[in-house]
Amino acid sequence: MSANNCRAVKVVDITPLGHSSPGEEIVELKLEYPGWESGWRVGQFVMIRPVSWPLDLIWGRPFSISSADDTTLTILFQVVGRGTKRLMELSKGDSVNIWGPLGSFFSKPKDRPVLMLAGGMGIAPFCGYVDSHQQPENLKLFFAHRPPLENYPYKALSDKVEVEDIQENKPEDIHTIIARVEALVKEYGEKNGLVVACGPTPFLRTIQRAALKYGVDAELSLENRMACGVGACLGCVCKDSEGHFTQVCTSGPVFKATAIDLEG
Amino acid sequence: MDMSVDFAGLKLKNPILTASGTFGSGLEFKRFGDLESLGGIIVKGLSLKPREGNPMPRIAETPCGMLNAIGIQNPGVEDFLTKKLPKLPWKTLPVLVNLYATDAAEFGELAAVLAGEEGVAALEVNVSCPNVKEGGIAFGQDPRQITKVAEAVKKNAGNKPVIIKLSPNVTDIATCARAAEDGGADGISLINTLSGMAVDIERRTPRLANVIGGLSGPAVKPVALRCVYQAVNAVKIPVMGLGGIATAEDAAEFLLVGATAVQIGTANFLRPDTAFKIVEELPKVLARVNAKSLDEFRGSLILPK
Repeated sequence: MSANNCRAVKVVDITPLGHSSPGEEIVELKLEYPGWESGWRVGQFVMIRPVSWPLDLIWGRPFSISSADDTTLTILFQVVGRGTKRLMELSKGDSVNIWGPLGSFFSKPKDRPVLMLAGGMGIAPFCGYVDSHQQPENLKLFFAHRPPLENYPYKALSDKVEVEDIQENKPEDIHTIIARVEALVKEYGEKNGLVVACGPTPFLRTIQRAALKYGVDAELSLENRMACGVGACLGCVCKDSEGHFTQVCTSGPVFKATAIDLEG
Repeated sequence: MDMSVDFAGLKLKNPILTASGTFGSGLEFKRFGDLESLGGIIVKGLSLKPREGNPMPRIAETPCGMLNAIGIQNPGVEDFLTKKLPKLPWKTLPVLVNLYATDAAEFGELAAVLAGEEGVAALEVNVSCPNVKEGGIAFGQDPRQITKVAEAVKKNAGNKPVIIKLSPNVTDIATCARAAEDGGADGISLINTLSGMAVDIERRTPRLANVIGGLSGPAVKPVALRCVYQAVNAVKIPVMGLGGIATAEDAAEFLLVGATAVQIGTANFLRPDTAFKIVEELPKVLARVNAKSLDEFRGSLILPK
């Protein structure tokens, strides 16, 4: 790893996916690969702060690495606030400061069935998970989402692994999602599988409850507001299983389901 | 240009340090630059016992700044001394420890723990944290308490320089600076964060669980510069300036009003290599403004007649 892992790289491409509502666009951002000599692991994240951002946006923003090859690093984001709105205004050739790869990563057992549980933008790390897995036939993706599938890189995943999705159209749908998640977690426990999950906290909480109930190995990727991404600001903590604060950026973002407390 | 400075007997290779609370234990930033190129690092505030800190959310982004109410979460002084300090290149990098306690006696006790630690170059005493319910800012707003804390720490600090970090949330910063000097402090640093608040009109809630937090970042720079200017003119002991410094030009402004050294805080979040870049850039900025030396430039502000 280089002495200075904060670099300015150019935007290779930036494209809204599908036809999301204005102000809620889901965007694929491709950047020049930052040249990490030691590579990266699936589940890790980067901090991104465009060079053009003035001081009214102080922090970089954390994003899961969606995928990468020797030349390009891809992230996905949904426009939800000031930072992501301004990110969408980037154009090809613009410079962004990027530091990473940061944090912990998902396990990738090649000889166990793996259930990937994605909620909304939580689908992002699973693009890289599928691409880099030696036995994709062992993988299954369950995807809970609100915008239509065309807004996500779902087609690319469904061409490679077994997939299942539920669209949440009305409040009652959440019960269907919870029931299906619980059934799937139980099923993968019975066949000594691993569950890996990424999505909103209530989604992860459902998975954690099921994993603990059935004694299933599960790894959960948390997201949180961060100022630094490197363990200095202590702004992104969550409770560990003993009730102590631990940093999502450096102890996570990927935690074993038994290691954290999402109920508080 | 020779960038070395002597701050209250502390030999620094340059006047750029990193501010407590924004640079972790220092180890977090090893991958972003050469720690030993810095004038020094000031580690996250330590207390005698571990502290859990405040509930989430603890941080909020504000126009040109940020609010925080971390609440001095830290693993306790012993944990730092045994697990973190040995991994830092303290023989060539001055490591200053920031102290937090709830009364003068406890500050003294903490100083005594650190007095014999070879790897600790100096003590910075936080009498000004606005984010904890007990103590904290109450010290920083009462000059008699500032003197009392300075005396307690100085008495127990052995030969280590004692720097009192002052709050800007006072009516007269010069009085507070003099109070630190009266207590025997070897230097002062300022400013800590400004007390602030942010709310969410959609949810009708405060943005911080603690409701009120400390404002830092470029937004506070004019206040910090004014406080440093007034403090420099109030005391004979050296002053470290901090508050909103994000570029070498910002650092030069603090030196111009008389600061002996400066600290880089929230700007470490803009880019994690900001402090390293300021170390590189400051000599160029001083050369550009025709400074003959750091000593000649320091405090050379020309006031209107």
